[in-house]
Amino acid sequence: MRLRPPARALLVATAVAILGVFPLIFSSPTSTSIAVFTLIFMVAACAWNMFAGSSGYIALGHAVYFGCGAYTLTLLANHLGFAAGWGVFALVPVAGIVAGLIAVPTGLIALRARRHTFVVITIAFMFIFQLAAFNLGFTGGSSGLQPPTPLWSVDTYNLNFYYVTAVVLLATFVLTWLVRRSRFGLQLLSIRDDEERARGLGVRVARVKLSAFVLSAIPVGMVGGIYAYFLGQIFPQFAFDPLFDLSIALMAFIGGLGTLVGPLLGALVLESLQQYFTVQYGSSQAYLIIYGALFLVVVLLLPRGVIPSLEELISRARAEPPEQGPEEPGRTADTIEAVR
Amino acid sequence: MSASSLAKAVVDGILTGGVYALMAAGLTLIFGVMDIINIAQGALIVLGAYMSYVLSVHLGIDLFVGLIITIPAFFVLGVAIEWAFMRRLREQDRTAMSILVTYAVAIIIEGLLSVIFGVDYLQLRASYVDSTFHILGFYLPYIYVFGFLLAIGLLGVLYWILYRTHFGRGVRGSLQNRTAAELIGVNVNRVRAVSVGIGVAVTAAGGMVFGATNAFNPSSGYDLISRLLSIVILAGLGSIAGALVAALFMVTLEDVVAVVWSPVWATLVYYASLIVVLSFRPGGLFGSAAVRAQ
Repeated sequence: MRLRPPARALLVATAVAILGVFPLIFSSPTSTSIAVFTLIFMVAACAWNMFAGSSGYIALGHAVYFGCGAYTLTLLANHLGFAAGWGVFALVPVAGIVAGLIAVPTGLIALRARRHTFVVITIAFMFIFQLAAFNLGFTGGSSGLQPPTPLWSVDTYNLNFYYVTAVVLLATFVLTWLVRRSRFGLQLLSIRDDEERARGLGVRVARVKLSAFVLSAIPVGMVGGIYAYFLGQIFPQFAFDPLFDLSIALMAFIGGLGTLVGPLLGALVLESLQQYFTVQYGSSQAYLIIYGALFLVVVLLLPRGVIPSLEELISRARAEPPEQGPEEPGRTADTIEAVR
Repeated sequence: MSASSLAKAVVDGILTGGVYALMAAGLTLIFGVMDIINIAQGALIVLGAYMSYVLSVHLGIDLFVGLIITIPAFFVLGVAIEWAFMRRLREQDRTAMSILVTYAVAIIIEGLLSVIFGVDYLQLRASYVDSTFHILGFYLPYIYVFGFLLAIGLLGVLYWILYRTHFGRGVRGSLQNRTAAELIGVNVNRVRAVSVGIGVAVTAAGGMVFGATNAFNPSSGYDLISRLLSIVILAGLGSIAGALVAALFMVTLEDVVAVVWSPVWATLVYYASLIVVLSFRPGGLFGSAAVRAQ
């Protein structure tokens, strides 16, 4: 939505304020725990969208980086003798960096292919890492690993995790916003629209794609680490979960692929719903049906996602009254600014 | 490692590979005609196994006789899926959307199966599943041979439909060039619907054999679809003959690796060979030029 800068600033300030006070208002452990999971998925969907939404390469293997982040934090905390508490959070950026490093070779291989083949290779990587986590010695196999558990009271436990994840979310959002405004972001969009032409126009296609891929893996690795620490245990099938890949893609799609806010909105709705269902009905399977059905409805009714479809509605409503003419110069200036 | 266990691995691999070839042929047929990867293929196979389970346990119908009911039912299901979801995708973002839509179909099937049947593992039972025969120094349940023969028979039917009927000519035309096929009067919409129907119908048979040779639960589909995807991508999408060769080769290789190295690492051969082959030949081993150009 092309809001004017003051309106946009106001919107962002409100969102940040809500993010800040939410756990103070809804302070029951159930709702703060749901909020932590929701924030984790908001980060993942936002970061995934920075690569997949902008470049049009639908990666379905970001669970690799989520799981690597989770195992990195757990292994480092255990082997370096970190005491349970705030100190372990210092490993969250490390988890992100390790995930980014792993994204370099995997991205190099996967990005040689396009379209279906790319998607399938990313899925293949996911299964290779899951297999490795099950069978390598240092991962603890199917019995998983336990990071140290902090001895905070239930309320502070959730609050601490909430605010750490909220900081990661803000950083990720700022990162995607900066990418979107930059030359680099435009190069990514040009790859989505026509990769051959972008190459012809001098975009270093391979380098741009790989950088975006690695950049999007880092926040996913960070929340992977937070996830492991928050749960207090990590198993291969949850660290490298095919449903994770699908979930973040659905979140981005439902909100609006390639938009800044869409994935956040999608994750906010889907993850909190899913957690609510799990808590309320104790059913881990019934939500699969709702999840899939919801997605099919969105694809069939709002094929471009909620945010772009809303935008279309609003701009159509705006375009109707003729006295809206003076709006146009402002919008053009905005567009020029965006292109620049 | 003895010669006998190696021989068992090879025989087992070829017999199971035949069934995978049938399932992979369905997947690659759907891709060739629709330009869609049907992620739901794995979940549909599991659904097929559950249907056979219901028919044999609750109605006492033999597994192979039950296929007379499940194969047509799955054909209708395939046509319905094509009509309801695949047809409605727009051309420009079809690749991405189709994967997500069929993935959504897969998790709905998984969710329904878990709600109805629970997540415990089941296996199909019949006299020929439990009894074995002696060959080359090891014992093998009859179902492996029956399943292989069934797969060969159905692949023969598929071959006959594709290469000996008027409809099959339309399918092959649509595989090669959709626009040209439409121009010379092929009803592409009908061809697409029926092709997806056929591609889904074979999963009923594949699911029955899979369910009789493996324990399964609602989430077994992930394992299946990742193998089948590896097979069809390795072969080159849209190449049916390639899928048959790749299925036999990969499943046999997996079984041999399980004996020679370790069973837990055996599935790695799928993903590893996929990545190695695609690093050198992005179109797969038998990919058509048209697919490679995309």
